[in-house]
Amino acid sequence: MAERPVLLSLRGLHKSFDTQEALNGLDLDVYQGEFLTLLGPSGCGKTTTLRIIAGLEQPTSGRVLLDGQDITALAPEKRAVNTVFQNYALFPHMNVARNVAYGLRMRGAPKSEISARVDEMLELVQLTGYEKRMPGQLSGGQRQRVAIARSLILSPRLLLLDEPLGALDLQLRRQMQQELKRMQQKLGITFIYITHDQEEAMSMSDRIALMRLGRFVQIDAPRDLYERPQTAFAASFIGETNLISGRAEAVKEGEVLLQVAGFSLPCVSRDWIVPGEALLLCVRAERLHLSHEPVPAPCRVAGEIVESHYAGGERTTVVRLPDGQVLRARHTTEGESEPLPGSRVYCWWHPDSGVLVRDDREETP
Amino acid sequence: MKKNSRWASLYMALVLLLLYLPILVVVLFSFNANPGRTANFQFEGFSLQWYEDLFDPAAGYGAALSSSLVLAFWSVLLSAVIGTLGAIGLTRRRARKGLLARAGASALSAGEHLAMLPIMIPEIILAIALMALFSAIRLPFGMVTLVLSHVAFCVPYIYITVKGRLATLDPALEEAARDLGASPAKVLWTVTLPLAVPAIVSGCLLAFAMSMDDFVISFFVNGPQTTTLPLKVYSSVKVGVPPHVNALCSVMLAAAFLLVALGQLVSSGSLRRRRRAPVSG
Repeated sequence: MAERPVLLSLRGLHKSFDTQEALNGLDLDVYQGEFLTLLGPSGCGKTTTLRIIAGLEQPTSGRVLLDGQDITALAPEKRAVNTVFQNYALFPHMNVARNVAYGLRMRGAPKSEISARVDEMLELVQLTGYEKRMPGQLSGGQRQRVAIARSLILSPRLLLLDEPLGALDLQLRRQMQQELKRMQQKLGITFIYITHDQEEAMSMSDRIALMRLGRFVQIDAPRDLYERPQTAFAASFIGETNLISGRAEAVKEGEVLLQVAGFSLPCVSRDWIVPGEALLLCVRAERLHLSHEPVPAPCRVAGEIVESHYAGGERTTVVRLPDGQVLRARHTTEGESEPLPGSRVYCWWHPDSGVLVRDDREETP
Repeated sequence: MKKNSRWASLYMALVLLLLYLPILVVVLFSFNANPGRTANFQFEGFSLQWYEDLFDPAAGYGAALSSSLVLAFWSVLLSAVIGTLGAIGLTRRRARKGLLARAGASALSAGEHLAMLPIMIPEIILAIALMALFSAIRLPFGMVTLVLSHVAFCVPYIYITVKGRLATLDPALEEAARDLGASPAKVLWTVTLPLAVPAIVSGCLLAFAMSMDDFVISFFVNGPQTTTLPLKVYSSVKVGVPPHVNALCSVMLAAAFLLVALGQLVSSGSLRRRRRAPVSG
């Protein structure tokens, strides 16, 4: 990834609306041909970031560079960047063909080129034959495709997509996810994609920029974000996670002993940890194993089953540790004996499955 | 519930009857075979005589109608340009920083309220003010003063309807156009204006009706050659109601109904189009 040329850079981007700080110093490099997702809870500044890149909003300070050129003050119509808007924003008074042709018409392209390109784009989004329909006569999924065709006809360097699938039902959503990804790979266009759906982000992106309170929390490949979260927020935003609080003890080369409810758990150390510090240990629910016998595992705690929820192929069991902390373990129901509430159980995990993070959950801007 | 609605319909019928009875009387007596020079409200038989009188050039109604139409045409045209541009300018302005810009913004919002004044202050005051103004600047009374005065009260009708339409437009439409390479002027021409057309048309119809109907203001600012239809009616009834005035009123009534129906058609047509395309949803 790193050897690919950088297409877009954000440098120290700040944005405040009246007194409210929307963006709090964003720095980001987006590589050519990359599928980058901005993920975060609503109000975290995703859309504002996208609008600044599109030129629809001016940052309070900071710069936007496209191909090394400063485009911060450039008008939106002069940027080689196009946007697929959240509600598609199709022109209701133009038919599908005229909607798709709009960008080329504004460029003053010759008629023959326009009609050839419109045909090509409608074929790409599988809407050949819908040229004369008005946007109001299309279904949500079709409107979505028209919006994509309309943005792609200008062959932008960068396509911005603001929750493009947010209004579609689940089945259509899954289908469009695959189609979008296929299109992006076929055309080699860089995508910056906004979603608040973590599953969508995980399955489509090359990298995910996790945002919170106008800052990037972590920018990483989906796998790294899941396996190696940097903070408690990153760990809890994606997937089902146990955050076990404990105190660091005996920091050694590469290893920390974490004291949790009287158990001493060896964990992979991180260079910022100092002895005595209160930390959170992140263990994914599906990496937490249960056993009625004391398994010879170094990372093992014992507790009492509080409750257990059956959900077909999976079951979630809630375990209370002696100090009152509650753990959730997700496991397959294949050949299981039903866990009985009140019974004693051992929870264990592989030392590599536990990641130590700082507690940033209460943080405010 | 059912009983309630029956009383409601009865009440409604009563109100409509009281509202339209006088008008019905006028229409009825426009067909009266009335021998006298002034209208006598006793029905004496069916006749189209008064309609014939009406279309006699010597009666001067043709000239008055054409004055009214010329006046309405120019007033509506100028008001449409001013009202539409004003509505677009005041809806699509951006919040800017800085003391001067903020002062400008408050001046604009004050201007927005001032623009509504001509239809809120009593007509007679506006009429006298306009008359005083035109005499002060020595503008000869005639079609020019009439058009200027009518523009003054026609603009708000167009401004309000266009502004209402623009407020419901998804701002993302204009942003999408910019994003696709349209300059602000091209956005206005290819997106904003076409979408505002139904509102502009219905505003114009309203303004047209207001201009055709105006008496008070026209009375104060007209010249000797520019007797509009309402002024002509007034001068005819000064010495009793001649029967052909009933016919004239009936014709004007029919024209007004036609205009209202047309306006309804235009706005319901745009409604249907909007319902088919819930873009902002």
